[in-house]
Amino acid sequence: MREVAAEFRNPVMLYSIGKDSGVMLHLAMKAFYPSLPPFPLLHVDTTWKFKEMIQFRDETAKRLGWKLHVHINEDGVKRGINPFDSGSSLHTQVMKTEGLKQALDQFGFDAAFGGARRDEEKSRAKERVFSFRNQNHAWDPKNQRPELWRLYNTRVRPGESIRVFPISNWTELDVWQYIMMEDIPIVPLYYAKKRPVVERDGTLIMVDDERMKLRPDEKVEERLVRFRTLGCYPLTGAFESPADTLEAIVSEMLTARTSERQGRLIDSDESASMEKKKREGYF
Amino acid sequence: MNAPPGSLAAYLAEQEKKTLLRFLTCGSVDDGKSTLIGRLLYDSKLLFEDHLAALKKDSKKHGTAGADIDFALLVDGLEAEREQGITIDVAYRFFATDKRKFIVADTPGHEQYTRNMATGASNSELAIILIDARKGVLVQTRRHAYIASLLGIRHVVLAVNKIDLVDYSQEVFDAIVADFTHFAEKLNFQTMVPIPISARFGDNVIDNSPKMPWYKGKPLLAHLETVDVESGLAEKPFRFPVQWVNRPNLDFRGFSGTIASGRIKKGEPVVVGKSGRQSKVARIVTMDGDYDEAFPGEAVTITLDDEIDISRGDLLAPPSHRPEVSDQFAAHVLWMAEDEMLPGRQYLLKIGTTTVPASVTEVKHKIDVNTLDHSATKTLALNEVGYCNLSTAQPIAFDPYHENRDTGGFVLIDRFTNGTVACGMIDFGLRRATNVHWQALDVNKASRAEIKRQKPAVLWFTGLSGSGKSTIANIVERTLFAHGHHTYLLDGDNVRHGLNRDLGFTDADRVENIRRVAEASKLFVDAGLIVLVSFISPFRSERRMARDMLQSGEFIEIFVDTPIELCMERDPKGLYEKARAGEIKNFTGIDSPYESPESAEIVLQTARLSAEELAGQVVAELKLKGLIP
Ligand SMILES: Nc1nc2c(ncn2[C@@H]2O[C@H](COP(=O)(O)OP(=O)(O)O)[C@@H](O)[C@H]2O)c(=O)[nH]1
Repeated sequence: MREVAAEFRNPVMLYSIGKDSGVMLHLAMKAFYPSLPPFPLLHVDTTWKFKEMIQFRDETAKRLGWKLHVHINEDGVKRGINPFDSGSSLHTQVMKTEGLKQALDQFGFDAAFGGARRDEEKSRAKERVFSFRNQNHAWDPKNQRPELWRLYNTRVRPGESIRVFPISNWTELDVWQYIMMEDIPIVPLYYAKKRPVVERDGTLIMVDDERMKLRPDEKVEERLVRFRTLGCYPLTGAFESPADTLEAIVSEMLTARTSERQGRLIDSDESASMEKKKREGYF
Repeated sequence: MNAPPGSLAAYLAEQEKKTLLRFLTCGSVDDGKSTLIGRLLYDSKLLFEDHLAALKKDSKKHGTAGADIDFALLVDGLEAEREQGITIDVAYRFFATDKRKFIVADTPGHEQYTRNMATGASNSELAIILIDARKGVLVQTRRHAYIASLLGIRHVVLAVNKIDLVDYSQEVFDAIVADFTHFAEKLNFQTMVPIPISARFGDNVIDNSPKMPWYKGKPLLAHLETVDVESGLAEKPFRFPVQWVNRPNLDFRGFSGTIASGRIKKGEPVVVGKSGRQSKVARIVTMDGDYDEAFPGEAVTITLDDEIDISRGDLLAPPSHRPEVSDQFAAHVLWMAEDEMLPGRQYLLKIGTTTVPASVTEVKHKIDVNTLDHSATKTLALNEVGYCNLSTAQPIAFDPYHENRDTGGFVLIDRFTNGTVACGMIDFGLRRATNVHWQALDVNKASRAEIKRQKPAVLWFTGLSGSGKSTIANIVERTLFAHGHHTYLLDGDNVRHGLNRDLGFTDADRVENIRRVAEASKLFVDAGLIVLVSFISPFRSERRMARDMLQSGEFIEIFVDTPIELCMERDPKGLYEKARAGEIKNFTGIDSPYESPESAEIVLQTARLSAEELAGQVVAELKLKGLIP
């Protein structure tokens, strides 16, 4: 991270509010201590995040005294893009991918930190710590720079940018252990609680606000659930679990046999879908 | 992954203590690398059910293992590769057992991807070299072993795979091992452990195989769990590349970075590698409180007792074990770009946290990675390894690569494409400057400039012959002198009568001409002077070279912008006329190009203003930049 701060003109840290970015923020605080990290935070708000996430986001920025930019793709809002009618992939494409590009262009950020990990799914295993993007923010898996030792080639031409994944070598378990060890605050949604959910296409969706329209055969139930990953609420599956402490979460995690992205609906279409998204500039 | 929840704390404590082994798998296409990695992941139960379901689905669609699960599909991530059925990049995989955590670099066996293997090897402590039992030691096997050795891997496992296809034969295995051992004698491995395996059926991977009672060694995983690759980093001399100067406020000035090797305690003396300046460690600061001692791999912020000049790129070391400091050294270079290496061309060299302009001055020989034979060459092509001399624009602090990977490994970056074009391993410094450390002189540039009440700089006037460079430079110098400033003027024509008398006007001589002038100006700047250089200096790259020799802010490029028609009309020395008549060859603007500056600090349009007015502009600009009061 210090490497980026020293070599780039205008870096930014993408804050997705999830546990991985929580860890990333914490690492940044440590890396620059006693200074504050010399770059701002950016959250690309799809307007469909859980309310608790937004609240947590604002509290976090305030607690750390860290500058936070929030960007919403207004054009997408005007076009009425939403995860229910537009479908999950269009929604993600417009509100998240396009939104991110807009924000990066608008502020002229030339380096962006993200909390992706190599163990999340297959194509991420080939990502570098420094991932190079062309002027259209697209990732070209064939044109990535070799990374030897701890030497990162950070040179870019005007308009080009770099994505940096400081925790790319961590596993999900590492993340939880670190959160426990360092006592890092996380969004309450990760803890089990009685929440209003409906079962839709085999997944439990939490009814976070009145925009969620129920189908005729659906009914809202209070169930003891929690989340393993967080995104837009209509696209994030909850699962039933009694784990309401960090210890319980980690124990559950240790015995779990499904990978965390299963709860994220954008993945299950095609196994290579993430790679396509990335070429288009999804983080 | 089968922790009884009750003992969570104990389990986590256990996790904490686990060591990490980073290893690399190499083999030719279809030797079974991906299958082996897939099996390790599968058998260490790190696969989640949904991954597994996807895998079963994929196995039917693309798999080569019939109805069985094709483990290889687990690790071939990118779509395009999957279509081609080959692995084309470095992929990192993670798994853990009760004893250790592992990061596997999966690198391809394809001819042209030597560079990817080097990338994987640079961060690994151990290499598994796969051999297809039916094929034995191939050319590629030798290459992989050589590259692993070149990049400093000291421990290898020779995995003789597909042993099922040779009837679990001990003779075949022994013959392959003998063959490889013979070759590996020339390399620098500390341990070499041969294991007969079948990745597909799992023999000797996790458990000893009942089919090979003759094999008495450990199965592969058990070996990986227990092999001692301790590199002794903590016992090596302290090395701390300064990454970032930490200045939250005026009262705190610390140096942040990650300890590359050795340890450091509060109160211990340190020197700055390059300048030789010395101080003591005052504090070792972290967000979790101050440390008394810090170890390799720890990211800390160090503060010192004295206010000495340190910036990003400096290397802190103990006075008793200083790094080498030199601007010339010998190194193995592995070329990683399509465009071949050109001796003399300027690249950027990044080592530790320093980036400096550098060039390869000579390729001593090239090494055939398959046979280890040496041959003479002038250049290096993609995937070729050469033993080269390099020269850097400023001295750098380093250690030989075999002593320290972090302070002895570097990459070369192309200045125009910004691509990483090579990696290199330093062997030794050529100037033998180790024992004659740069004396940190007490009278230095800053103090010399101070006494003259000015900031030293080079005013580099460039432009066509007859554009007015010398006239304007003369007036500027007179003005500065009149204000009590200390100056020196280097004029093209005058220098050519002395220092550069031996040079002509070919492109090569023009380059050397500028190099000498730049070096001379640098000395004058060091003496604290404001140097005025009035040279046509037609090529961008040479002006850039001059700029790079100086510190930022010291080089002020002044483009005397006069249209060629006007220069010809003025023709004060009658040169254009002669050039046009063909009496002078290689005349700038006639039959030799002039490359206009793209971002000169000052541009003077001579068509409309007088020389006095233009000189006035220059002086005003110097005040604005704070060079003169
Ligand atoms: N019989 C047998 N086949 C194997 C073994 N290991 C790998 N294979 C097969 O060899 C082929 C190539 O394996 P793969 O792992 O893709 O090779 P890679 O190119 O080195 O990654 C596949 O069809 C595997 O099923 C083995 O130990 N025995």
